[in-house]
Amino acid sequence: MDKLKSETTALPGLPALSSEWFDRKGLVQIGLLALLFLAPLAAHLLGHIYYVNLASRITLIAMAAVGLNLAIGYGGMVSFGHAAYFGLGGYIAGISAYHAFDFSPVMSWPMAIPGSDSMLVIWLAAALLCGLLALAIGAISLRTTGVYFIMITLAFAQMMYYFANSWPTYGGEDGLPIYVRNTLPLVDTGQPWTFFLIAFSGLLLAMAITSRMMKSRFGAALTMARLNDTRLATAGISPYPIRLVAFVISAMITGLAGALYADLNGFISPTMLSWHMSGELMVIVILGGVGRLYGPLAGAILFVMMETLLGGMTEYWKLFLGLVLLLVVLFAKHGVMGWLAGRERHV
Amino acid sequence: MHDVTATLFLEQLLNGLQLGTMLFLMASGLTLVFGVMGLINLAHGSFYMVGAYATASVTAATGSFLVGLSAGIVAAAAVGALVELLVIRRLYHRPHLDQVLATFALILVFSEGTRWLFGSSPLWLSPPEMLTGFVTLPGGARYPLYRLVIIAVGVLVAIGLYLLISRTRLGMRIRAGESDREMIGALGVNIARLYTLIFAMGAALAGLAGAMVGALQSVQVGMGEPVLILAFVVIVIGGIGSIKGALFGAILVGVVDTMGRVFLPGFFRNFMSPAEAAGVGSAVAAMLVYILMALILAFKPKGLFAAHG
Repeated sequence: MDKLKSETTALPGLPALSSEWFDRKGLVQIGLLALLFLAPLAAHLLGHIYYVNLASRITLIAMAAVGLNLAIGYGGMVSFGHAAYFGLGGYIAGISAYHAFDFSPVMSWPMAIPGSDSMLVIWLAAALLCGLLALAIGAISLRTTGVYFIMITLAFAQMMYYFANSWPTYGGEDGLPIYVRNTLPLVDTGQPWTFFLIAFSGLLLAMAITSRMMKSRFGAALTMARLNDTRLATAGISPYPIRLVAFVISAMITGLAGALYADLNGFISPTMLSWHMSGELMVIVILGGVGRLYGPLAGAILFVMMETLLGGMTEYWKLFLGLVLLLVVLFAKHGVMGWLAGRERHV
Repeated sequence: MHDVTATLFLEQLLNGLQLGTMLFLMASGLTLVFGVMGLINLAHGSFYMVGAYATASVTAATGSFLVGLSAGIVAAAAVGALVELLVIRRLYHRPHLDQVLATFALILVFSEGTRWLFGSSPLWLSPPEMLTGFVTLPGGARYPLYRLVIIAVGVLVAIGLYLLISRTRLGMRIRAGESDREMIGALGVNIARLYTLIFAMGAALAGLAGAMVGALQSVQVGMGEPVLILAFVVIVIGGIGSIKGALFGAILVGVVDTMGRVFLPGFFRNFMSPAEAAGVGSAVAAMLVYILMALILAFKPKGLFAAHG
């Protein structure tokens, strides 16, 4: 118990201060976090706002992928529809800001709900609504397995996509701008460095939640549901509710990342809900290393850097992304984290 | 008044059937590949695109739609066979997650490669001259002949597939492959060649669909993606691996989607203002087939015609 308690104050996935910080995996993990924190800090001090925002983008994409990794990597639920939650989170931030901007209500029936430009309210709404959506989608989808699950989650996300596309109130396929970034008490969220710190805290929190959860009894049950659900059922635990809860938490994390991502871009559109988004989140999880706590972070750094560097060189950068991805899937199964930090040890 | 509604209904029913038969061409390949090889292939929409681009280019060069169409089918089959030899055969024994990612990567390669070769602006492809006319329907409405021909081609392919699978040696091997992959290998059937053949056949059907729809709409990068996702809905509804399910699901999805888009806004006008009804109606219509799929899966998690257990 004491060992567990002391972990709350440490970096996600690492005990307070111990030799585990300095083995190969520990060093890689600290290195990745330090890179993500120090690079934008340097850019901030030198006045390169572009790079601070780039780091915020990496951070939020990584956070969304942390959510997806919980479903795919730890829960074995290959969701091809996490763009639904990413986009819903984004639309909640956008819609709320839109109504706060012109003082109109979000809805007047059955109860009056005004718009809000407070991030705290938006985060709460995003977590709640993404959780509810995932509860509904998960309840139906988790009755199926394998390819059916992949396709059903994809289809539900497409449903959200087409809905946003053809619903004219919030811009339809043109999307909706967020004119002024949503606010937090005491800080100026419009400052790129301040916003990066908010995003970075979000990522750390998401990783800490994942890490704590996977060390709990619930995490052990979820792992068993992935490896052998018959055995889990034999132990007296029904796999379905375990999977459903993990799926909901996964969607909530991705949804929160989406809400922040919309604020970063100052713009939402159905693109956030498209199946390319779901695919890219999956790609990031795989590139980084499936079921590794720091995998999504490694994957997001690699993905966004490739996008930025290759995208600067050629208009057709996705062709090369596709080729790299093909090679990774066919020949390097354990992703960046497997390559940098070695195979995951099961202690 | 009643007659106008009946005519509109008939017209839209035919449009639904036309969408349905095209979805069947896509879905039959997907479902065969899954049923026999256990592979989920997202890049199937790319073969649709390859078929359309090859048809458009060759038709433009030779002036003959028929030559173009043949070239489109051959090109799609050839690309399909090549992809199977280079990439897909390494994926048969991999988890579905790897299959999804590798074929997602293939989509990126095909889409961007096509954009590189042909540019971003759509290609122009029109139906052959002799099929551009109209047919008078009972009730007096004029319906484009070309759309009827598409339906006819879809029906012919469905009958052809049925005969191929139930009456020929190749069909027997396909059925055997669905029930027990190891056993037909042990019986001396060249499985690797069978798999390449099935994959290329599915690609050819997708190419045929892309070429024919390309003449109705425009030939552009990414044209296969909406169709691919609808085809997934079709095979999930029908039961993955079942050709009969694919046919039934395709017609169902085609008709429900088309009818929903035409009639739902009018239906909502009964309870709300026309402007609101148009918005709500089109939004609900866009979601209709997915709601249908969710309802069917809630009762039949393996689809209507589950092929395996």
